[in-house]
This record gives sequence, structure tokens and C-alpha cells, in this order.
Amino acid sequence: MATVTLTIDNQKVEIEESATILDAAKKAGIKIPTLCYLEDINEIGACRVCVVEVRGAKALQAACVAPVANGMIVSTNSPAVRSSRRLTVELLLSNHPTDCLVCPRNLNCELQALAENLGIREVRFEGAKPSWPVDESTPSIVRNPAKCVLCRRCVAVCEKVQGVKAIAPIERGFDTVIAPAFGHEMIDAACALCGQCTLVCPTAALTEHDSTAQTWAALADPKKHVIVQTAPATRVAVGEMFGYEPGTIVTGKMVAALRRLGFDRVFDTDFTADLTIMEEGTELLERVSHGGVLPMITSCSPGWIKFIEHYYPHLLPHLSTCKSPQQMFGALAKTYYAEKAGINPKDIVSVSIMPCTAKKFELTRPEMEDSGFRDVDIVLTTRELGRMFKQAGLDFTNLPEEPYDDPFGITTGAAVIFGATGGVMEAALRTAYEVKTGKTLGNINFTGVRGLEGVKEATVPVDGIDVKVAVAHGLGNARKLLDKLAAGQADHHFIEIMCCPGGCIGGGGQPIPTNTEIRQKRINGIYAADERMAIRKSHENPAVQALYKEFLGQPLGHKSHELLHTHYTPRGKYPKTDK
Amino acid sequence: MSLTCDCLDAKYQELDQILNQYNGQKEALITVLHKAQELFGYLPQDVQIKAADALSVPLSEVYGVITFYALFSTKPKGKYKIAACKGTACYVRGSERVLERIQKELGVKAGDTTPDAKFSLEVVRCLGACGLGPVMMVNDDVHARLKPDKIPGVLSRYQ
Repeated sequence: MATVTLTIDNQKVEIEESATILDAAKKAGIKIPTLCYLEDINEIGACRVCVVEVRGAKALQAACVAPVANGMIVSTNSPAVRSSRRLTVELLLSNHPTDCLVCPRNLNCELQALAENLGIREVRFEGAKPSWPVDESTPSIVRNPAKCVLCRRCVAVCEKVQGVKAIAPIERGFDTVIAPAFGHEMIDAACALCGQCTLVCPTAALTEHDSTAQTWAALADPKKHVIVQTAPATRVAVGEMFGYEPGTIVTGKMVAALRRLGFDRVFDTDFTADLTIMEEGTELLERVSHGGVLPMITSCSPGWIKFIEHYYPHLLPHLSTCKSPQQMFGALAKTYYAEKAGINPKDIVSVSIMPCTAKKFELTRPEMEDSGFRDVDIVLTTRELGRMFKQAGLDFTNLPEEPYDDPFGITTGAAVIFGATGGVMEAALRTAYEVKTGKTLGNINFTGVRGLEGVKEATVPVDGIDVKVAVAHGLGNARKLLDKLAAGQADHHFIEIMCCPGGCIGGGGQPIPTNTEIRQKRINGIYAADERMAIRKSHENPAVQALYKEFLGQPLGHKSHELLHTHYTPRGKYPKTDK
Repeated sequence: MSLTCDCLDAKYQELDQILNQYNGQKEALITVLHKAQELFGYLPQDVQIKAADALSVPLSEVYGVITFYALFSTKPKGKYKIAACKGTACYVRGSERVLERIQKELGVKAGDTTPDAKFSLEVVRCLGACGLGPVMMVNDDVHARLKPDKIPGVLSRYQ
């Protein structure tokens, strides 16, 4: 590729000609502040925070969109640049609430950081402040337009990455607000509740629905037996909130910290991930041998489920009937575990730690009470968990590493990889191959389904059949596969779809920031965690085997159907109209 | 509105024809919205949904475009459309008080339509008749050099 050489702040930089000034500055080790910019997703030059002075140009240029040119002379720190950036941020602050101290994004807010980095010590303008109501209509996401800086990053991620565009800028000028169609609340939008918008929001205009107070109340109630499950992806991410490098495996410290918060039992969602493989694998073999609907598609990801219910309801028969591992866990906690531990299930409060905002919606689905009670009571995102650890004053980094409690603490490497895109598929292949052929796999790493490529396809010979599989992550990629399927062009046996880019490690409830680089690091952490496990195939999990022997009988048996399987609800793509 | 059911059915049939013509063409959104508004006088929610569906454009985007452009309306218009000018010249010559009087006489705020669907009221920024300000238009008629007390007389001409 052809390159150009330009001068930025008296430094020569050589870079490919398609680069922007922002890219070139980064290469030269200069950090230009940005706000609306989101690499590859939102490059619109709207906020003007990243302006730079280009010699010979009439006006300051937005570095995030201004292309480089040979011989260009750029200043990123001239008086004109500094004054313009300050003015822009002061104007943004002029109508922004100043309740930073009690804001959910306090100390992790890009607007706050900008004000600090630009050295703003007073705001010269007092603007009119719009008085939008806070939208708490969904159990997953809270929308607070008063804190919105109209950067449109949420809109861009929803449209370009997830292919949904549940929200858009409506009205114009001072009245502009990011909202669903007709200015409705989020609950009326055909939104997957994936929470990717909450990951990219620079302020607290979009946040997760906070359930920490409810959890503290349960923990403080002596009559309640409070148990907790932790999703695979949380253990390689929660450490980031305590200074660990993204992807660092902090499972043992997380377990110790949960115990110190006061949870009576600390369990692992990985246990029911192994169980999912047993149930879903059996379901797949059933469908293949009895002419059932193929390809079968995974059903672990609640954002994905809500998406297909809204946008492709005619394809619902392709979904596995398996509940997600979270909901399987919930149903077993208030039956099998309650019985085994001799605890009245009505006294159990079942909490889950999830990388996900859609899980908060999933627990409210009316059908999720097969135990005779609400199967899961509270979902906390990874972010909320980190906050609770801080509130409790835990010295996270110096905690000992502790193991999970039995029986739902015995798990495998196959379960932990559920946290990364391709993981469910790989776990299923490990088991399907061995169960079907009776042989032991030489190499259990199916690397063809790993990684951040949008849609991955592979063919795996199993007992004389070429099993064709596909994996998609991010709803935009899911759409590509579904459109093929709807057109009769998908001849796969099994498809894994995860709602969020990178899979659950990139979930909408994960620590902020979450970007491609961080996703990759967390994925590396997930596969490292798999390698560390003594058992790496779900069907070899002794606790799962005991569960079948003592309680469930067999995969797809009567009890499994009752507790571990579910059905889906076709939903409209559009809200009800006024007429 | 005075639309009968038959008349509405015919409009929806015509809308379907328009939408068929632009099926799947995202870039035709504004054209389609113009045509639909010509047909219905405004853009009811179900028409917005039909347009979104036919053009494969997210509904939020359709609604965003409609609310961005002042030319599109999501509320039914009256038989007589009043455009009261609040441009600079009219403003300094007292258009604010004129607008207040119109609102008082009609009992609706700017942007709304009277319950009997006779008048709808919009505020505009300059009608290009600054020398005659304050001005307002009622459909195609221009009313110049308005004073609050002139308003009842002007409105009474439209029945």
C-alpha cells in the first residue's frame, strides 16, 4: 500500500495513504482526545473534540475523519486547537447534569475525563437543560437522555454491528433525543436488550438496570439462603475493574469475594453449561436421526433469542428447546439443590453474575418458573458485581483463590469456553464426536470455530457423517446466516449464534471499555482457562453424571423436559400504533 | 377529519402502489414519505410502519427523518393551514403577540390542529414578506401587517 509522510507536532510520520490524521497521531504517540469517535463503527466527525490545525486549511479539521496527505503539517496542540476543544466541551457541559459524584459512570465517564484532560475548571455557559424522563421500562437497560451528548455511538453500534437500530436520533436541534421510534419507551421497541449501547455510551445516558440494592437486601435477610452462579465470561473480565490486564483469569478471587459479600453458596454456571451440552447434543442427534428441523441453532444467548423472536419468528423451530445455562441452573437450584440441601425453595434467592443485560430480561420471562418459583431471582452484570466488591471494601487483588461449592462447582473446560464465540460449538463437537463414535479425540481443540471472524464455518467428520457447522457472533452477522437459512441456502446441521460481538466476553454487561482488542484478550483468557481444567469434555463431568443418575434420569428425559427445556414467543417487529 | 372509510381505503390502496414501486429501496425514503404525506395530509404511525417495512428501513430511522424535517407532520392537518411567521423581521414587529392571539382564538398550541379539524397552526421562520410583517399565511392567502386584534376577523373568513 502506498504511504505518505506528514509532520505532526514537528515529528515526521509515515503512514498508509488511507489513514486519518487521528491514526497518524496515534502512530506518533500523540493522543488526540475524541468523543463521538468509535473505531470502525462511528466515524462521523460530529463532536469536534478531536480538531487539529492543518497548515493551509481554512478551518480546524476533525482528526478522526480528516485524511492524511503527503507533506501535511499538523499541529494537535496549538492555542487555537486547545481553545476550540475547550469551547466544545464547555458547551457540552453547559446542558449536562453536574451530578457526577452520584452518577453511575462517576470515574469511568469519557465526558468527565475530557473535562479533566482539557483542564476545564469552569464552565462559562449556563445552558437550558432538557428535562427528559428517565426510561426504566425494561429490566435490562436504563435510558437517561438528560446525560446524552448526542455522539450517536449507541445508534451506530445498534445499526452497524447488531443490525437492529432500535434507537435513532429523533427531532432536531435542541429537542434532539436518542430514542425508539415514535419516542416510545425501550420496552415498546424491537430491541434485543443486548446492552451494546451501554458499552459504547461515553456517559450514563445508557446504563444497565442496577440490581445491587436488591442483592444487598437479600444478602442482609437472615431468613434467605442466597446462592450465586457465575457465567464463564465473568471470570476473565471482572479483574479489569481492579487493575488487572483484560483477560486475566480471576476465578478463585471472584469466588472468594462472593463469599465475603455473604453468599451462602457460590456455584458456577459452567456446571449447567456442561449440562446444556448433554441436553443440546442429545437433541441434535435426535433431530439428525429422526428428521427433525435442521439446522438446529443454539439458544444460550437471551439477546439472540429476543432478536429472532422479533425479526425472524418463522425460524423459531430451528432453535434448540434448551434453556440457557443460567435458566437451567435456576430451575435446578430450586428443585434438585433445594432437595439435596434440605432447604425450602421459597427461602432460596438465586442470583446470577452475567456479562449480559439481556439476562435481566430473560429471568422475567413468564415461562421461567418451572421449579414452581421464579427460577432466577436477580441478575447482576459483571459491572455491578465489580461495584459491589468495591462497596464492600474488598481488597480484591489480595484475596486468596477459593474453589466453588459442590455440587454445582464441578465443571469442565468445555463449559468455560461457552464464554467465547465458537465455544458452545466446540464443546458440543468434543462431546458429540466421542459419544457418537465411542472413540477418544486425539486433538480436542477445534480451532476452526474460534476467533473474531464474523461468520465461521467448518465441516467435522463424525462417524461417517460430515457434520456441517456454522458460528456467528453479533446480530449483524447472525442476520447474514439467517438470511441464507431463510433462502434455503444453509445446509448446516448445527449453528451457534451469540448476540454480542466476540460472544459473551464482549457482552453488554461487561466492564467498560470493551473493544476489539480487549475482546481478543478476554478470548485468550477463556481458552487459557480451558487448558487449565483437569476435565475438558462435558460428558466427563462427574457431577453432571451424578445429576442424571440421582435426579434427571437421562438427557431429554421427562424431568429434563420439565425443567431444562422451554418454548419461544413470536414478537412483532413494530410497536402498536396510536390508532 | 372528514374522511370517510371508503376514502381511507382508497388512500391505503394508493399507498400500497407507491410502496410497491419503491420496494426495498432505502434511498427512496424521503420521496416515499412526501408521496404518502400528499396522500394522507400527514404521516400516521401505521403509514410510517408500512413505509419502513416496504423499504427495509428501521422504523426508528423513518421516524427520525420525519421528525427532523419540518415539512413532515405526524399530526393531521386542518382544512386551513395557518403558517404564522416568527422570523426576525416579524418578530421585532410583534409577531409573538399575534401568535399568542391566534393560539387563544383557536384554543390550540403551535404544531396542533383544532378538534374540529378546521385549523392547524404552524410557526415558520420567514415567509419572504418581511416588509409586510407581521405576516401569516392561511393556505395560500397572505395576511399582512397583523395586529392581535385583527386575528378574529381574519379567522372568521375561513369557515
